[in-house]
Amino acid sequence: MVPETYYTMLSAILFSIGVVGVLVRRNPLVIFMSIELMLNAANLALVAFGARFGAADAQVLVFFVMTVAAAEVAVGLAIIVAIFRLRRRLSVDDLSLMRW
Amino acid sequence: MSDYVPVLIYAAFIVAFAVMSLGVAALLRPSRSYDAKLQNYECGAEPIGQAWVQFPVGFYLVALVFLLFDLLAVFLFPWALVLRGLGLAAFWAMALFLAILSLGWLYAYREGILEWK
Amino acid sequence: MDAALLPLAPLVVVAGTTVVLILLDLLPPRTSKVHLGVVALVGIVATLVSALFLWGRAGRAFSGVVVLDNFALFFDVVICYAVALVLLLSLDYLRRNGMERGEYYILVLFATLGMLLMAHAADLIVIFLALELMSLSLYVLAGFFQARLTAAESAMKYFLLGAFATGFFVYGIALIYGAAGTTALDRVGAALGSATRDPLLLIGLGLLLVGFGFKISSVPFHMWAPDVYEGAPTSVAALIATGSKAAGFAGLLRVLLSTFRGAQPDWTALLWVLAVLTMTVGNVVAIAQSNLKRMLAYSSIAHVGYMLVGVVAGGPLGAGGVLFYLLVYSFATAGAFGVILLLERGRQEAVNQDDYGGLAARHPVLALTLALFLLSLIGMPPTAGFAGKFYLFGAAVRSGYIWLAVIAVLNSAVAAYYYLRVIVYMYMRDQEGVPTEPAPSFAGRLALGIALWGVFQLGLMPAPVLDLAQAAVAPLLR
Repeated sequence: MVPETYYTMLSAILFSIGVVGVLVRRNPLVIFMSIELMLNAANLALVAFGARFGAADAQVLVFFVMTVAAAEVAVGLAIIVAIFRLRRRLSVDDLSLMRW
Repeated sequence: MSDYVPVLIYAAFIVAFAVMSLGVAALLRPSRSYDAKLQNYECGAEPIGQAWVQFPVGFYLVALVFLLFDLLAVFLFPWALVLRGLGLAAFWAMALFLAILSLGWLYAYREGILEWK
Repeated sequence: MDAALLPLAPLVVVAGTTVVLILLDLLPPRTSKVHLGVVALVGIVATLVSALFLWGRAGRAFSGVVVLDNFALFFDVVICYAVALVLLLSLDYLRRNGMERGEYYILVLFATLGMLLMAHAADLIVIFLALELMSLSLYVLAGFFQARLTAAESAMKYFLLGAFATGFFVYGIALIYGAAGTTALDRVGAALGSATRDPLLLIGLGLLLVGFGFKISSVPFHMWAPDVYEGAPTSVAALIATGSKAAGFAGLLRVLLSTFRGAQPDWTALLWVLAVLTMTVGNVVAIAQSNLKRMLAYSSIAHVGYMLVGVVAGGPLGAGGVLFYLLVYSFATAGAFGVILLLERGRQEAVNQDDYGGLAARHPVLALTLALFLLSLIGMPPTAGFAGKFYLFGAAVRSGYIWLAVIAVLNSAVAAYYYLRVIVYMYMRDQEGVPTEPAPSFAGRLALGIALWGVFQLGLMPAPVLDLAQAAVAPLLR
């Protein structure tokens, strides 16, 4: 039996990796994957806590987070495709038309 | 900590062996490279062009519609498990949910997403 | 309608209208979509009426995750006013920009549904869903003029930063669940009362605040706002500046004042710093802007700072002041964006300060309208802005936050500089080159008229609405 702390620690580590990924990477797709990592870290934490309390509501919440994440993928990829069509390159450093 | 000393020694030997054999080989072998030599040896076909090519946007749209409907099915499974206990109200709630969902499908259909261009 | 659904009437009306709009969009005529806008407007007005009709009633639905109380209803009214103004402004704005599509109205209504749901949410799951429904619709709307490079850029920035904030928000919910064993707001509050300072609960609250901070664009989470306001269609910028901000405050106030009241000393200290930073950064950077949409973006950040002053002050005076100020601010900001949206210079939107030179001489009514909205944003009597600021800062003084009130007043003085600069351009400069012309739009003028009426109604007779605002926060403070 793996103790619950291991799961929560793992989720904290995944979340941190996600945050650092968003901050240091420059490709919008990779940034987006890092955000997904953050969401899934939260899912892992929810499932672990749900097992502790023996209640199903955390798992229901995980379903909702997954659904919302899928909707986010749909919208996000559409935006990325739109910007790729206009620019032919993908880097957030190029998104500098507007400053200050 | 001292338990790990043999492991460290072992690891050091591995690294040393790899560095030494590669280094000795680099010193002794003649260096004459040509195209055939630089090809991947039994590792599949030569890659043509870059991986960053554009796919027809049709793939993307179908994938999108699939992704959404696939994940929304997630709500059907827990619903099916407890339906017997919840009765008719739960049935109609899910019917409403599916009705709204099929409205989305109708929308995708009318916008011509499902026609392959 | 089912009796159990009656408390949800505002939500049901908006959802039903959205469904009707989707069906209408699929039917001919497929070229003109003005009728969709009209139907959407009718739906929003019906929602507004239903919210007013339900005032004073309380109830819960869906196992208690959606709540009906005066607090939610007040926000329903604020949001519906803002959305109605935006819809009126959009009617011919889209056609002028060659982007008349049915999706626009559908997405606006989806965003509205998210905002209303946020006001009615009594469970962290529902807050999360409402936040996402609103945000996802707004991401798409921000990039709606897809041929413009700035539109794609603004949508991308909004999306990436918004999704980043969502990540924090969800993790915050997970931690709060881990500490309290529930996501229902009142039971989290009870758990907070019993458990003595569970650090997990406070970290979770901190992460929630990051998520809310992004949505209301408080410093240091404000970076997206100016770029999004500049690149998005002006009507959508108005919606983001008013409706989505109101929704963000609805969630924030309910979570802080009701659920986390037990931790008030902890978050008050944090919000004190955030309020000072937000108004100072917003005002100082706004001075450097020559693009009016960007200037309004920074000014809206500053106004969030003022509203945070009210949250820090707390109590019926502070929180009621925030609600009142949101209404005041929505009228003035939507109005100011509305004037910008109506003005064109050489086929381009008139967004630069130079475009406003000598406007008063050629279009005195429109110039006066913009001037009045800007004066309300400064806080000049007898406009509503004065009453709003008076109550907010007064609440801060009464709760003993003298320094905070002093900083806020100083900030208002700084803010007067960049608002007055636009008025100076309109009244004391001449324009060179192509003159700026307003678009002939009845709906747009109607929207400006309503906003102007709001600015004066709330400025001359603030007491009745303020009483309503204080009655609205009463259920939270019980």
